[in-house]
This record gives sequence, C-alpha cells and structure tokens, in this order.
Amino acid sequence: MTTTSEPLAYDRTEPADARRSSGGITGWASNYLDERTGISYVVREFGRKIFPDHWSFMLGEVALYSFVIILLSGSFLTFFFQASMADVVYNGSYVPLKGLQMSAAMQSTLNISFEVRGGLLMRQVHHWAALLFVASIGLHMLRIFFTGAFRKPREINWLIGFVLFVLAMAEGFTGYSLPDDLLSGNGLRIIAGMVQGIPFIGSWIEWFVFGGQFPGTAIVGRLYTLHILLLPAAVLALIGLHLVFVVVHKHTQFAGPGRTNDNVIGYPILPVYAAKAGGFFFIVFGVVMLMATFFAINPIWTYGPYDPSPVSAGTQPDWYIGFADGALRLIPHGWEFVLFNTTYSLNILVPVVGLGAFLAVVAAYPFLEAWVTGDRREHHISDRPRNMPTRTAIGAAGVTFYATLWAAASSDLIATHFRESIEGVITTMQFALILGPFIAYFVTKRVCLALQKKDRSIALHGFESGRIVRLPGGEYIEVHEQVDDFERWRLVSFNDYEPLMVRPNASGRIPPQERVRAVLSRWFFEDRIEPVTRTDVELSSHH
Amino acid sequence: MIRTRRAAASPAPARARRTGRRSPIASVALVAVGLLLTGGAYTLFTASSGASAAIDLNSAQTIAEGKKLFQANCATCHGLALQGTAAGPSLVGVGAAAVDFQVGTGRMPLAQDAPQAEQKPPVFTDTQTKQLAAYVASVAPGPGIPESKYLQADGNATRGAELFRINCAMCHNVAGAGGALTEGKYAPNLHDVSPTHIYEAMLTGPQNMPVFNDDNLSPQDKADIITALKQTQQNENVGGFALGSLGPVAEGLFLWIFGLGAIVAFTVWLTAKAN
Amino acid sequence: MANDETSTEVVRTGRATASSGTAVERSDAFVNPGMPPHRPRVTDTDPRKAKRAERTIVALFYLSIVGAVFAMAAYFAFPIQANDLGSVRLNNLFLGLGLSLALLAIGVGAVHWGKVLMADHEGVDIRHPIRGDEKTRARAVEIFDLANEESGFGRRTLIRNSMIAAIAVLPFPAIFLFRDLAPASGTPAEAYSHTLWKHGTRLTKDPSGVPIKAADVTMGSIFHVIPEGLNESPDALEEKAKAAVILVRMNPADLHPSPNRESWAYDGIVAYSKICTHVGCPVALYEQQTHHLLCPCHQSQFDLTHQAEVIFGPAKRPLPQLPIAVDSEGYLVAQSDFHEPVGPSFWERRGDYNV
Repeated sequence: MTTTSEPLAYDRTEPADARRSSGGITGWASNYLDERTGISYVVREFGRKIFPDHWSFMLGEVALYSFVIILLSGSFLTFFFQASMADVVYNGSYVPLKGLQMSAAMQSTLNISFEVRGGLLMRQVHHWAALLFVASIGLHMLRIFFTGAFRKPREINWLIGFVLFVLAMAEGFTGYSLPDDLLSGNGLRIIAGMVQGIPFIGSWIEWFVFGGQFPGTAIVGRLYTLHILLLPAAVLALIGLHLVFVVVHKHTQFAGPGRTNDNVIGYPILPVYAAKAGGFFFIVFGVVMLMATFFAINPIWTYGPYDPSPVSAGTQPDWYIGFADGALRLIPHGWEFVLFNTTYSLNILVPVVGLGAFLAVVAAYPFLEAWVTGDRREHHISDRPRNMPTRTAIGAAGVTFYATLWAAASSDLIATHFRESIEGVITTMQFALILGPFIAYFVTKRVCLALQKKDRSIALHGFESGRIVRLPGGEYIEVHEQVDDFERWRLVSFNDYEPLMVRPNASGRIPPQERVRAVLSRWFFEDRIEPVTRTDVELSSHH
Repeated sequence: MIRTRRAAASPAPARARRTGRRSPIASVALVAVGLLLTGGAYTLFTASSGASAAIDLNSAQTIAEGKKLFQANCATCHGLALQGTAAGPSLVGVGAAAVDFQVGTGRMPLAQDAPQAEQKPPVFTDTQTKQLAAYVASVAPGPGIPESKYLQADGNATRGAELFRINCAMCHNVAGAGGALTEGKYAPNLHDVSPTHIYEAMLTGPQNMPVFNDDNLSPQDKADIITALKQTQQNENVGGFALGSLGPVAEGLFLWIFGLGAIVAFTVWLTAKAN
Repeated sequence: MANDETSTEVVRTGRATASSGTAVERSDAFVNPGMPPHRPRVTDTDPRKAKRAERTIVALFYLSIVGAVFAMAAYFAFPIQANDLGSVRLNNLFLGLGLSLALLAIGVGAVHWGKVLMADHEGVDIRHPIRGDEKTRARAVEIFDLANEESGFGRRTLIRNSMIAAIAVLPFPAIFLFRDLAPASGTPAEAYSHTLWKHGTRLTKDPSGVPIKAADVTMGSIFHVIPEGLNESPDALEEKAKAAVILVRMNPADLHPSPNRESWAYDGIVAYSKICTHVGCPVALYEQQTHHLLCPCHQSQFDLTHQAEVIFGPAKRPLPQLPIAVDSEGYLVAQSDFHEPVGPSFWERRGDYNV
C-alpha cells in the first residue's frame, strides 16, 4: 500500500515547453493571457484530466448541450416575443386567424412563426430541445441510479441534479404557457384549478399568481420573467456547481481490469475528449435541428388563441408534466368531502401529495441506501445493475409507477388508437399503478439474480464454447472454455453486503431505528449471490 | 412594431431573387401551381358530384327505385314504413341529409354490433344513395341534402375556425384529428370527410353527435366551418410532418423514441473503441 | 507516467478507515489483473487507412461549410412572403436542412478525428480522498477558532443574537412588497361565488352574443352559451371563465329534477355550467343519445338527465345548474345567478349552498 501525496498524472509537473516562448502569434497570445490570468495552472491541472469511456456517461452531456441549444434559440426568440396579454387584432399571414382578437403574446408568437425568416425553425428547435433537455436529465438520473453512482461522495451532487430536474420541468411548463394559445391556456386552467384545491391558502395562491381572477392579464408576463430570468439563472448556477463536483469527485467508472476505486482510466480531455465531447455538442444540435426541420411541434396556429370556453379533445401537457396529469386522471370518483363547512378536495390533494412524496423518495434515496448498508466508504466504481438486485428492482418499480402515470395522461388517445373504452383504459391503469410496481419489482429482482448466477457460473466454469467433443467412453460433452483474467475480473469484482445483524448496544438495548434498519437490510440483502473467489475456483477445478 | 419590421425585411428577398437564383424558385413555383390546379380541379369535381345535379330527388322514378332498395336492404331494422324496430330507429322525418350521410359514408348498413357505426367503404353507389335519400325524404319531410354553394370552402375561415373551436373541437380535436367519447365511442377524424358529409353531419347529428340546426349554426356558419377545416388541413405541414396532429403526446413519444434514440446511438458510436 | 497503459499498480490511499458497513471483504477475493495489453487500431498500423480517415474527416468539415453556405443561400432563396404559408414551409425546410448538415458534419468529423487519428492510449488519474488531509482539517478548525476568538462571536452572545435577529427580520418587508401581485381589494372566494348571470340575463350564443329563442333549441342539439353583454364586459375572459354555460334540450320525461329544481328547466331545456368541478376544464363533449357530458381533460362524466351528477372520473360534484325561463319575447333568460360557486373546489367553498 503506497500513499502518494502528489498527483501521479500527466506532464502536470513538467515545465512549460520551450516552444511556447518562440511560438509566434499563438505563443505570444498564450503568454499574454497567462501573465494576466495564470491560466497555465488551469491547463496543467485539467488539460490532461482523465474521462472514462462509456456511452451512458454521455447522457449528462446531452442535457448540458440541450440547455445550451435552448439558451441560443431562446435568446433569438426573446428578440421578437412580446410577453403581453394586451388585446390586439391579428393581421398576419395565417388566414384562419385573420381579424381575430388575441393577446400580443399569441400574435408575436405567430409572427415569429410566419413573418420572421427562420423564426419557425428557431421555435421548433427551442421546443424540441426543451423536450430533449428534460428527457436526457431523466435518462441521466436513471443511469446514475441503476449504477449506484449516487453513493458517497456524490450524494450532494445527486440532490443538485434532482433540483435541476425539477427546475427543468418548471422551465418547460413556464415556456409552454407563454404563447397564450388554447392548449397551454387550458393547461394553465388546470394548474389554477389544482392550486385552488390546496387547503386553506389555495384560492389565495391562485389570486396572487394570476393577479386576481383566472386568466387575468398578468400571468404571461410573470411566467416570462420566471422563464427567461430566474429559472435559467438558477439552472445555470446549479449546472456550474454540478460540474464543479464532477471535477472534484472525478468521474465514476465501471469495474474492469486495471480500474480500481483509487484510479480513473480513460482518455485525457486534451485532445481526445475535447474532440469527442466538443463534436458531440454539434451532433446533439444537429439532431435537434433535423427534428425542427422535418417535424412540426406545438402548432399554436391550429390551437388558436386562449378562450375559456373552447377546449380540444386530446388536451395534454408536454411529456414531462404528463405524470402529474395522469395522476389527476387516475383518481377514482368521489374523492372529495365537506367537513365543518369546508371542502376537502382529495381528488387534487392525493395526486399533489403523492407525487411530492414520490419525488421526495427519489431525492432521499442515496441517504436511505447509505443508512441501510452502513457503508461510509467512497465509491467510485459503478455497479452493474444486476449486482445490486434490490436497488435495481426498486428502480424498476419506480419507473413502472412513473410510466403508468405518464401513460395515463394519454388515456384518451390510447382508447381511440387501440379501440378500447376510455373507462376500461382508466380502470386498467388504476390497477396497473398499484400492482405494476410490485410485479416489476419481483420480476426485475429475479432477472438480476439469474444474471448474477450466470456470471458466477461463467467465472467458475467458463463459457460454453459450442465445441462438442466425444470422449473415449463414447460420451459427448461440450467444452467449456475458461475466461481470461481480464474478463473474469469484470464478473467477480463487485460489492457484496450481508444482512445486518442487530446487536444490543452498550446499554444492552436495541434501539428501534436499528430494528428498522435491520429489517430494511434484510430486505435489501437477504437474496444475494456472492462474488466468485479464488477458493471457489480452486474447489470447482477439482471436480 | 411588427409591421415596420416586416417592411424593413421585404427588400432583401427581392434583391436576392434578382441575383439569379431564378431556376429553383421557378421549378418550386411550377410544382406549387400544378398542385394547386389539380387540387382545385379535384375540389370542384367532388363538390359538383356531391351536389347531385344529375339526380332529381323529387322524381317519382327515383323515389320508386329508392323504395325498392330500402325494402330490400334497410327495412329489416328500420321497418317497412320507416317506423323503426327493436333493431333500428325510426327514420320518419330524418330527411335526405341523414340518409346521404349514413349511407354515403358507409356507416349504414351496419356491419356489426359495435359501440358506434363505423365509417367504411359505402355499399351503395352514389346514385343508389340518392335514390334511398329521395325515398326516405318522400315519406316525411326532413333536412335536405345541402346546397353546393355552402360546400365550396370559400367562406370566412377565421369565423369558421372560431366556431369550430367552440362547437366541434372538444370532440373532434382542434386539428380535426378525432377524439375519445365514453364507453368505446369516439368522434372520428375529419381529415378525409367531404364537405357534403361534414355539412350533413352537423345538420342531422348522427348517432351521439348533437344536432346543429340552422338556428344554432346558420348555413353560412356551417360553410365557414368547412372552410376553416380545409384551410387548417392545407396548412398543417407548415413546420414539417404533423405527427398525426395529436399534440404533445405524439411529440413526446417521437422525442423519446427517435430523438433520444438517435442521440443514444451516437453516444454508443462515440464511445466505442475504433477498429 | 503519462499514457502508462500497462501499469498494474493498485494504489491504496489509506481510505480503509471509513466504515464499510455490512459489506463483506474476503481475503481470497480475486486481485485486479491490471490493464489488458493495448490493441492498436487499423489506422495505427496501416498508413493508407490513416490517410483515408484523414480525407474523410477533411471532407466532413468541408461538407459542414457547404451546409452553412447552403443555409445562408436558402435564407435568401426561400424568403417568406406575406400570406403564403408555403413559403414559410420552404424557408423552414431548407434553412433547417443546411444548418443540420453544417452541425452534424462538424460533429461527426470531430468525433471521427478523436476516435481514429488521435492517440488512443488510455491514461490513469489517481483519486484522492475527497476530505482534506488531517493537517488541512486541523488548520481549518484553527482558523475558525481564531476567528471566533478575534471577533468574540461565541463570547459576546448579545451582539451575535441581536445580529441574527436583525437578519431574520429583514426579509419580511420583502414579503410585504409582493402584496400587490394580487388586487388590492376583494377576495378570491367572493370572486368565485358570483358570475355575470342575474335575473333576466338573456342566454346568447358563444361567441356571437346572439340571443337564443327557446324554439331554436331543438331536440338533440347543444348550444354553447354566454351571458348577454359578456363581449362588452371589461373583464370578458375572466367573466367567460366562470359564466360559460351549455344548453341542451331533451324529452322532459327524461329529466329527473329534485323538488326544489323543478322550475329550473324550460320545457326540457336545461342549462349547466360548462366549467368542470374537478380542475376547471370546459366540459363540453355532449352525447345526444346518452345525455352524458365528458370532460376531455380528465375524463369525468356527467349525466345531464340526473342534474349533471358525476358517473365516472375524478370530479365529485355535479355541474352547477343555471335556472332558466323564457321572457316575453320568447328568448331564454336566467332566473338568477348560479346558486353555488362554479368550477373547482376551494377551501372557502361551503357545504350548504341552496341547490
């Protein structure tokens, strides 16, 4: 065991190349900059920083890049958009709205679409990138969850990421409502109705948010300030913090030969990752641009301006709010009562509180798991999902819960497209919401254990080579080939926990929280497949 | 403010056109003109056939032919005197419009017992449909087949679109993509429905659709709605493929499956070790 | 140490002090075999392949320039012309195509360069425990102690506590500043409890405001209704959001009014609020044969033959009914305002409305 006090890294400690002083204009410029900023320290520290290679490690970058795309396209849109609900008469190119009264917000959005060259393209880029932003954050979180990359020391970064996810949804919703069209107006109407149902202060919150009665003339301007100022500032600050922690912690890596908890193996930022990650930004932007070129999104001219009386069949929010809309749809009939001359709207409160609790569990999960395992070590090796069957199963249950709510938001479209009755679809989903997570939990856990068993058998006996050999006695056997050391290491190097045994503490008692912990620990680790050891291999080779 | 901006922007394209990018524009314009002409001709053609100029609905011969057809194909459910039976409603006073709609869109005769009658290829020819309509109208008066002047899609699209949003969009979707009703019923997609049938549906309220009589939506209102529907459909693809005009659900699914799918494929390529 | 892909050294940095919880550590576990040997790429061994890769990358970057130039050309070649949405479509399509090409070609080119031509030796960074070393931590504690000592923060509790109190009170004026987000007078409960409907207000068609005669409402039809004069109201949208009504006619024998509502209909014509009692969407999908109303947002269903009571979905309360009558000219009029607040529930909503 060697302890190093100085980083063992690339040429960080080596002196600057002599070429720099004689490097012509580049040399002059770097010297100029360094003498005023000391940037050579930054280059020395981070220029050869190592970043491990795995496709799933790029998902966070997709989120970052879509945010940059949103900022670029959004800035363009702000130059033309008018966040005002003042009445105007539309007189632009779209005939079925000509002469109609609408808000300046709606009119300017139509003008961006039909009068500004490239305006429609930028609107569609902005909207597609917004959908991609939230989706990639979601996928990134799933990757972190299923590989256990939220464990110490990354719990705080998980929380930051969680807040970013919530902020991204808020960004999306505030932006979706800005054009003041019929679809988003009905979305706001739903939000107003939900807020109204909050006990005691609900009606007053709505009164303050909308500046009086719904819809009022204030909401678009207020959402705009949130959408382009406060929320982006918060997102930007948290992204900065998130990335600082990524640098401080260094990226996790999957188990593999040569990879340990104390090193990180991969390619240096300069030049390989600069090329790959930099190029990837243009790829993400290109894919978004391609979608904006060929696929229409949010055609507000079809929806028309907001009016409280009409509504369209298939009124749905953007995908990331779908789970909340689905929760509202799945509440069975009759969940509201009057007590002491006051109305309690459980049909609104249960979804609001339920989703809040779901999100709270997501946010708190790293702390929960750390408490159950009692593991206070730093973890920099990502788990393969199968090697933590209970966590993976919990994740699958959560995904099922979320996905059912999400699907429920399109219950009417499911009914029409699969020729089912809407009542049947909703009732099925109500059952699926309760039973689905349990089924997903058990199935996933069994699948994980089975995969672990398969890994174990390969590590012990090798893999089936497909080569059939006839023994002298006439017996046919398939030859098993041993895996090499590098491959075996991938199969056997994982964390293994045993269930917690409760023991009385110094005063001879077992505190209740320890009992709870023991129960949870048993739940987590009762079914476990141990990693193969050298002893196991030796024993098995004697057979 | 917007007007000035537009005015300032307009000279630029004019200049660009003068600098000799004429041929791509010309070919695109040619294609557009061709499409417009065929589309226009098609609209004219279908409109005139819908107006049934060839058949006199009041002639005794037409009614007699219609009666024969009715007795052979419809009377089992609707009764020999249109009085209705347990299997089908009375048709007294439903008018020619209802018959033309139900038979002309293939909803009648019913194929099977379903939550609602489905649109399908019509069983009867246009002439036979008109004969049936003439016969049913001759028994008791009812709403007639609409005049062709209301079916030209040349009314006020703005008014029509507003009326459509208020009276129709809640069931048929604001883009006419259709939507769900209770217990397996649904409001159909309106994209390929002819102006005549749209008019007749409003007038007669087939199945669970409410009736929009002329006091509720005047004939000109109905003509405006037809105009708006056609205009909306023509402009559906301004921003690209409309993904079925199903709104955010289709957009979200597309993003997850194709958008994110493509990007994940790129990440796999990007991190795979080169050969 | 750079590019040391064969290093098999497993560095331990004294992290074993942290508790491993219930983790099992085995003495006979496998040991890390170290990095596998480096596998060269074809571009490393075959100069012709490398040359070809180089040409591909250069071509991609030039392709990107072509895309960008194409986008600029398309900007002028496909201008948007007033009242021509076809021109918008072409503008969107060709501008987007050029930009997509420009972006994707740069991206693919850069990544390809990174993958096939740049050195692919994997490097190693050493991790250190995130916590500061003991010396640093001791120094940090020392600095805090010193600051405490020099300021007297812990000693002079009166100063400290009064400062904390002052800072704690300071945000309150900011909260007051937000009072005017809402109107200066009135309460939401009052606003929700009244609509434009009053005795004698004519029912008119939405959006034209043309009054409706009872005789116009034939069997099976539905009218979307606003109160007379709504379009001239200064708060037209806010009033419409509460006052929108649907009007249908059915066989009087199909109606099942409760005793106190028997006079609220006129000859089978009934009027109900259009605002859902769940979260406020317009409930307007009327099935003329079943007399059911469906909300397109959350699928609540109301039975108009039974005073719009809920038969399915998350809504609990029936839609409020507007009592109607006919005036001397045969036009439909309201008998009064709604007898209860319309729309979603709220805390101040009582349970004893006279309905």
